Amino acid sequence: MEFRSPEFKTRAVHALHDANLQKALSNTKAGFVVKRAQAAAEMPEFEALRDTAAEIKNHVLANLDHYLEKYEAAVTAAGGHVHYATDAEDARRIILGICKKANAKRITKGKSMVSEEMGLNEALIADGYEVVETDLGEYIIQLADEPPSHIIAPAIHKTKDQVADLFAAAHNKPRKTDRAELVAEAREVLREKYFTAEVGITGGNFLVAETGSSVIVTNEGNGDLTQTLAKVHIVTSGIERVIPTLDDLSVFLRILARSATGQETESYTTFSTGPRREGDIDGPEEYHVVLLDNGRSKMLGSRFQDMLRCIRCGACMNHCPVYGSIGGHAYGWVYPGPMGSVLTPLIKGMDGTYDLPNACTLNGRCKSVCPVRIPLPDLLREIRHNQFRQDMTPKRQKQALKLWRYVAERPKLYHFAERIGVRILASMANGKGKLRSLPFDPGWTGARDLPAPTGRTFLELWQAKRGDK
Amino acid sequence: MSSRDSIFKAIRQGLGRGPLDDAARSQLDARIANPPQHIRATVDDADLITRFAQRFESRSGTTERIASLADVPAAVAALAESYAIAPSAVVGTALGELSWPDGWQIDHGAATIDVMLGVSLAWRGIAETGSILMLSGPDCPITHNFVPETHVVVLPVEHIVRHYEDCWVALRERGQGAPRAMNFISGPSRTGDVEQTIELGAHGPRRMHVLILG
Ligand code: SF4
Repeated sequence: MEFRSPEFKTRAVHALHDANLQKALSNTKAGFVVKRAQAAAEMPEFEALRDTAAEIKNHVLANLDHYLEKYEAAVTAAGGHVHYATDAEDARRIILGICKKANAKRITKGKSMVSEEMGLNEALIADGYEVVETDLGEYIIQLADEPPSHIIAPAIHKTKDQVADLFAAAHNKPRKTDRAELVAEAREVLREKYFTAEVGITGGNFLVAETGSSVIVTNEGNGDLTQTLAKVHIVTSGIERVIPTLDDLSVFLRILARSATGQETESYTTFSTGPRREGDIDGPEEYHVVLLDNGRSKMLGSRFQDMLRCIRCGACMNHCPVYGSIGGHAYGWVYPGPMGSVLTPLIKGMDGTYDLPNACTLNGRCKSVCPVRIPLPDLLREIRHNQFRQDMTPKRQKQALKLWRYVAERPKLYHFAERIGVRILASMANGKGKLRSLPFDPGWTGARDLPAPTGRTFLELWQAKRGDK
Repeated sequence: MSSRDSIFKAIRQGLGRGPLDDAARSQLDARIANPPQHIRATVDDADLITRFAQRFESRSGTTERIASLADVPAAVAALAESYAIAPSAVVGTALGELSWPDGWQIDHGAATIDVMLGVSLAWRGIAETGSILMLSGPDCPITHNFVPETHVVVLPVEHIVRHYEDCWVALRERGQGAPRAMNFISGPSRTGDVEQTIELGAHGPRRMHVLILG
C-alpha cells in the first residue's frame, strides 16, 4: 500500500473541503458512538471484562514465544502450516509461493488489515492473479481503487450515490439507487467468484494456542465463503494475535463487537483449524497461516508494548474528533486514527510520520473507550518526545516556543504584551464581540468565529473588581 | 537465519530474556490444561430457551417450537411455501432419516451455487447471546451454513447452554480437539457497509430460522 503519511497536512485540508466525505462522516458519528455507549451501559460486567482482557494480553506478550510455539504445534497437528514473515516483503514472497503452487488464477479475500500492511493485493495483481475483495466495504473501495479509510468499515467515506456509480460502471447493469438492491447486486456478482477461486485469503482476529484455531469475527459471512469454497485457505495475522485458551477468547468475544459496532455479537464468529478432515465433503484442502512481525517484536519491552494489546476494534477512531473531521485517508497508510498515529511511526519509521501524533488534541476519548485499555494519548505524547529528542520539531515551531517561553518567564513583559493584544483584537472586532476572520490564520475562523476580547485583560478586570486600581 | 528464528530471537531480545526454562514452560502449559475462568456476562434467566429465542430474534432471526424431529420436514415445507422457495434443500445427515413430503428434493452433499435452502442440526445453542454453534463434519457440511439463501437450524432444547464457556467444556469432553470449522451463528448475514445502514443477506443467508426441538 502506498505510503502517503508525509502529505498528512495537505490531505487533511482536502478532506475538510470534500463535501461527499463530510456527508459520509456525519452519518457515522451517531452510529458507532451511540451504539457502543448503549452496549457498554447494558452490560454491568463490561468494565471488568476490559481489565481482564488487558491482563490476558499482557500475560501473552510476556510469554509470546511460548504461546506462538504452542499455537504452531497445534496447527501443525491439525494438518496446517504456519509461516513466519519478518516484514511485508517476506510475507508477500511466502504467499506468492503458496498461490503459485496452488496453480491459482483467481483469489478471493476476506477483510484483512494485515494483508494491507503486506501490500499483498498489489503484489498478487502484479503477478497476474485476479484478486477479488469480498467484504462489501472492501469490494467498494477496490472498485474505486482506493485504500480502506477505517479498519472495520473500510468504505465508510463513501456515500450511497458514489457506491451506485461504482457498481453501475463495474457491473454493466442499470444503475441502482436502493440500498438493498445494491447489496443484492454485489451478492450476486461475488457469489460466482467464491465458487471459482482457487485460493481464499482471510485475516485472523485471534489465534487460539489451545486448539490451533484462527478466529474471524464478521457480519457478512464473506470470510466464511472465502475460506470454505477455495481449495487453499491462507490466514494472515500478526504475531501478537495469539491467546492461550478458548476461555480467554470468551472475554474478547464479549468486548470486541460491543466496542466495534455496539452489537452484543456479530453474526458470525468462525474458527478454522487445519484443512478438511477425512470424510469431509467441503472445506479447503490446504490451510496456511502467515504470521507477520513487521516491527511488532521491536515494540516488546519498549515503552510502546501496550500497543500490542490492540484487537483492531476501531473504537478509538470512532471516538476521535480529528478522525471524525478528516476521515481515514488523510493519515496516509493502513491504520488511521489514534491507533494508526501510534502504529504508523513505529512500523514505517519516524521519517514522514511527524504530523500524525501531532494532530492529536490529547482529549483522551480514545483511551476511555479502548477495550484493552491502551493509553493511546500517553503513547502519542511519547512519540512526540522521541521526535523532540531526535530534533525533528520544525524550526519555526521551536522558535515560536522559545519566544513564548522568554515572554512567559517575565510576568511584566507578559502582561504588557497581553494588554496590547486584547486591545488590538477588540478594535478589530469593532464592538461586535467577535471576529469573522483572523488575518494571520484564516483557517481557524473558516468554520467559526473567534470571540473577541472586550479590550481589557482578565487581570485588569480582576484588579479593578478588587479595587486594587 | 530463518524468519522464524529471527522473530523468536527478536521477541526474546525485546522481553530481555532467553528461552523460558522448564519450570516456567510447564506453568504456562498448566494454564492451558486448566484454563483460568474469567468474569462472564450475567445470565440469570431461569428459562434459557426463552432467553435464547429472544436474543436470536433481536437480530432478525426467527424461531419456532417443534415437538419432535419428525416435525422438521413439515415445518421446513411451510417456511418454504411462505417465502416461495422451491421444494429442494441440502440437509445434513446429522438429522438422520427424515421423511419429506412428496415432491421434495433432498441432497446430502455440499451446497452448490444454486442451492436456496439448507437444513442443519445445531451442536449447541448459547442462551447468553442467542447464538447457535455448528461443528463441521461429514454429517454437517459447512457449506450448508453459508451458501443457501435460507438456513433452517434444528436446535434440541437439551443442546441449549448458558454461556460460551459451557461449549468449551462440552468440546473438551468430546475429546477430538477442535473440528475443522466451528461457527457461532447469531442471525442472518448482514452488512452496514453502505452508509452504516443495516441490510440483511450480504453474502450468507438472508433468512435464518431456528426450530427449537422439544
Ligand atoms: S487501540 Fe484500542 S480502541 Fe483502538 S482499535 Fe486498538 S483495541 Fe480498538
